[in-house]
Amino acid sequence: MAIKSLGNPYDEKTQLIHETGCSCGSCQASTAEQPEGALDDLGAQAKEQSGQNGGEIKPSRDVKLDSDFDSPDDMLDRAIENAIVRGVFNQHDPSRRRFIKLVGGSTLAGILASLLPLDKVKAAVKETRGKLEKTKLKVGFVPITCATPIIMAHPLGFYSKYGLDVDVIKTAGWAVARDKSLNGEYDASHMLTPMPLAMTMGAGSVAEPYIMPAVENINGQAIVLHNKHKDKRDPKKWKGFKFGVPFDYSMHNFLLRYYVAEHGIDPDQDIQIRVVPPPEMVANLRAGNLDGYLSPDPFNQRAVYENVGFIHILTKDIWQGHPCCAFACSQKFATDMPNTYAALFKSIVDATHYSAKSEKRAEIAKAIAPKNYLNQPEIVIKQVLTGRYVDGVEKTVHDVPDRIDFDPFPWHSMAVWILTQMKRWGYVKGDIDYKGIAEQVYVAAETGKVMKELGYEPPTKTYEKYNIMGKLFDYNKPEEYVNSFAIKRI
Amino acid sequence: MTLNVRAAIVSLLLLFVILVIWEALNQAPAATTALSEYELLMGGADQQARVPPPSKIIGHAYDELSRPFYDAGPNDKGIGIQLAYSLYRVLTGYLAAAIVAIPLGFIIGMSPLMHKALNPFIQVLRPISPLAWMPLALFVIKDSEQSAIFVIFICSIWPMLINTAFGVATVRADWVNVAKTHELSQLMTAFSVILPAAAPTILTGMRISIGIAWLVIVAAEMLVGGTGIGYYVWNEWNNLDLNSVIFSILMIGIVGMLLDLALSGVSRLIQYEE
Repeated sequence: MAIKSLGNPYDEKTQLIHETGCSCGSCQASTAEQPEGALDDLGAQAKEQSGQNGGEIKPSRDVKLDSDFDSPDDMLDRAIENAIVRGVFNQHDPSRRRFIKLVGGSTLAGILASLLPLDKVKAAVKETRGKLEKTKLKVGFVPITCATPIIMAHPLGFYSKYGLDVDVIKTAGWAVARDKSLNGEYDASHMLTPMPLAMTMGAGSVAEPYIMPAVENINGQAIVLHNKHKDKRDPKKWKGFKFGVPFDYSMHNFLLRYYVAEHGIDPDQDIQIRVVPPPEMVANLRAGNLDGYLSPDPFNQRAVYENVGFIHILTKDIWQGHPCCAFACSQKFATDMPNTYAALFKSIVDATHYSAKSEKRAEIAKAIAPKNYLNQPEIVIKQVLTGRYVDGVEKTVHDVPDRIDFDPFPWHSMAVWILTQMKRWGYVKGDIDYKGIAEQVYVAAETGKVMKELGYEPPTKTYEKYNIMGKLFDYNKPEEYVNSFAIKRI
Repeated sequence: MTLNVRAAIVSLLLLFVILVIWEALNQAPAATTALSEYELLMGGADQQARVPPPSKIIGHAYDELSRPFYDAGPNDKGIGIQLAYSLYRVLTGYLAAAIVAIPLGFIIGMSPLMHKALNPFIQVLRPISPLAWMPLALFVIKDSEQSAIFVIFICSIWPMLINTAFGVATVRADWVNVAKTHELSQLMTAFSVILPAAAPTILTGMRISIGIAWLVIVAAEMLVGGTGIGYYVWNEWNNLDLNSVIFSILMIGIVGMLLDLALSGVSRLIQYEE
């Protein structure tokens, strides 16, 4: 997007008012006029400013912003200078150009700078631009370490850094988190990566367009078995086991199904998979209701800590770098409150990157252990986050720094993989527009933009291939991938 | 010594013996040497899950009760605040139920036609577990707070409705006939004859209801979370902190008992001798 009136005000050759027949590049380039509604807030401001002299602006989307300005802020700076210079010359462009011809553009800039605190004016304008529609927000979370960025953003001040006053509300389980998000009690919520896809398609709930701006964590889950099964490390011996997963539409469910199916066990026939809210996993394992579970931490480590179960395998050894939890909100929230959404989005991406630093993990563990957040012994959280842990079988202390990691980028290929598994296990029927849904829900482009703004390097592509337990996943052939499995429900 | 005093002494002795046995059976072994990192990560020397001894629970209870109204954020509030939230929900739902159930009970009790017409609905709706309404309530009402209140409403309405109808229907026919001979209107009969006569039965229904409402609120709050004594139990259960769980069980019992005592006090006021 380029705004035509934003010529360099210190240049005698530039016209600032773009009369008919104007020969500047942007006027030549623009072919079609955009309707009023297509103006974004920057365009609208520029229009206000140039509107004073009746100068017309014709915002055009053919000329890309990137070629003219490095960032929206630069463009806004120019717009402000522009307006001030025009004001000085009483909105009379010919006299401005005559004056510059006489003394030179840099002199004019110097005079203006000595008279006006330009930087302060620019700062003042920028502050009012991003006015938050709402500062008091409610964000739901389920008390697990996957939610680390969402939770620790509160005690470590990432929300307040972006002007938000966020209450992070503990939620009993995913179904409740989903319902409270759907009914608007939560402005945004911690969810599982498959949930916004399922909600958008209306699988398991009413259909409501959801978007997922950021993945929270990658890796960080595990299969835990009851201590009495220490001799049954081979999944082929698991027939008749009862397993817990946190939710139907969860990576946990799909990874457990994938894992046992690769070992020839049919997850629907040979074992029983039950939905158990994560916080209730350990109690159920101890009571013998479950033989094992694939659940989020800290409940894997807690089972070891309580001497109830042992860690059979970390999910990073099933699929290195798999996504797990997500930060999601309704499409409506993002559209109705763009500035609040942007601020929340930034604080989450910022917090996620902070969580990714291994040297910060011990500090984070201390911050999120208290009752108000995870309500778990600090030593359990610390084992999960630092990756220096015991598994309950071997008498050694393991060192796996990437046991859990944090990376906000929502790969479209991850969404496609999740959709293939939903299809594979019969959660959705019929034809799926894999890439279409993935790109609608996982707003990778926006995430990339926010990452860039915060000084992080986003990936240059949004699709990649995965190798999961020795089997290649090609995002270009989702349907073939689904059909290639021996055990499936279609 | 009267019987009451002797009974009280026996009660106290029993309690004392139970507590001593409980305490003695659940002593954690003292750690003899400093723990290695491995042992520390494994949960220390105390590897056996055990119920906490009473001394720990009493210590914890003292700690919690000495600061009942602290507020350390949306997920960490004092026991007093949590109980207040639960009581607010219970009383709101309960009063709403009373406002609906008692007049409706009068209609059913006084009119055999309405009794027959409404009976099938009551019989179908009454046995439904109040928590089964929760998903539907969340979907329709779109507010977890009001959904919890609705669940209380739906569970406390039935005993009041049925008891009111029964009490009204079984008022002695002579009394109603006397009212008729005095040419009292239907409304006057209802208020000045039937209401006082049926009041003890109605109060019994209300007493049953408040008990059920208090039972259900704990489960409802465990489900929707956020605030309340049910959430408190759930939150401590997550942390497998039996100290707090036992403490909150005691608190739930005490508050439930107080609610029941209050209503039995009221019902004693309106007792009458025939």
